[in-house]
Amino acid sequence: MLATPNWFKYSSPTAFYPLAEKMIPWFAGLAGLLAAVGLYVGLLVAPTDFQQGDAYRIIFIHVPAAWMSMFLYLAMACWSAMALGFNTRLSGMMAQAIAPTGALMTFIALWTGAFWGRPTWGTYWAWDARMTSELILLFLYLGVIALRNAIDDPRRADRACALLTLTGIVNIPIIYFSVYWWNTLHQGSSISLTKAPAMAAVMLAGMLIMSLAAWFYSIAASLARVRAIILERECNTVWVAELPEVRNA
Amino acid sequence: MSTFFAMNGYGFYIWSAYGVAALALIIEIVSLRVRRKAALDQARMTAPDVAIDSRAVAQ
Repeated sequence: MLATPNWFKYSSPTAFYPLAEKMIPWFAGLAGLLAAVGLYVGLLVAPTDFQQGDAYRIIFIHVPAAWMSMFLYLAMACWSAMALGFNTRLSGMMAQAIAPTGALMTFIALWTGAFWGRPTWGTYWAWDARMTSELILLFLYLGVIALRNAIDDPRRADRACALLTLTGIVNIPIIYFSVYWWNTLHQGSSISLTKAPAMAAVMLAGMLIMSLAAWFYSIAASLARVRAIILERECNTVWVAELPEVRNA
Repeated sequence: MSTFFAMNGYGFYIWSAYGVAALALIIEIVSLRVRRKAALDQARMTAPDVAIDSRAVAQ
């Protein structure tokens, strides 16, 4: 029988702190490498779009950021569910660590969308279903962060934020399906799992490379933040006091 | 080079989008470093002395 690693070991902050340290350089390095390739493909290799001109090049950051804004919310909701269900300390810390990066990705998606919409649709903003629900996503992230800051006891804050996060998850399918359910100014998706993508292969490649870069960046940033959170919340423990970076001031 | 930055007249929109996105990522990376430094300082201030005592006993 194969010896399987005991994954539950890493559900304790003590074990996860050094594991995260080992993972961060890999994810950050891959993110930087893929972003360099993706930007090269997106800004220099991909041809000018015959309908939208060069303005379409904004999608190379807009679409990955918009995807991440939703993925990160789902990831935050998964950790929140685990925090409520199993009452594990690391779960609440992970949910706490993801929220600011999720808010950042949502902001980037909204901002780049505005600067794509102006030359393409003639307006920076419209209160259509896709944009409004994405703005609500930003408010949900900010609400979770604000709620955390309003509660002194971190374990109570974990549970309150988990409940708010799980309530707000109803917004994710609304964002995703808004372009099908309502007649929106925002266009439908250009790529799907069932149909051939409605874009040139090199554009699609650039967008997917940038999406991978956004994934790895988000993982690296969340891991870096959870390490700071572990230090903040475990600062009274012996194992933190014995860390070389704490002992050797 | 200047034709690259002009982006056939869409330069303002493209570089406003890319510039602010890059700035946002830089702010996050810097704030993560600041937060880690502050957390380490806090840990040094509040670290229980037992850690050092137990190490001394063990040696």
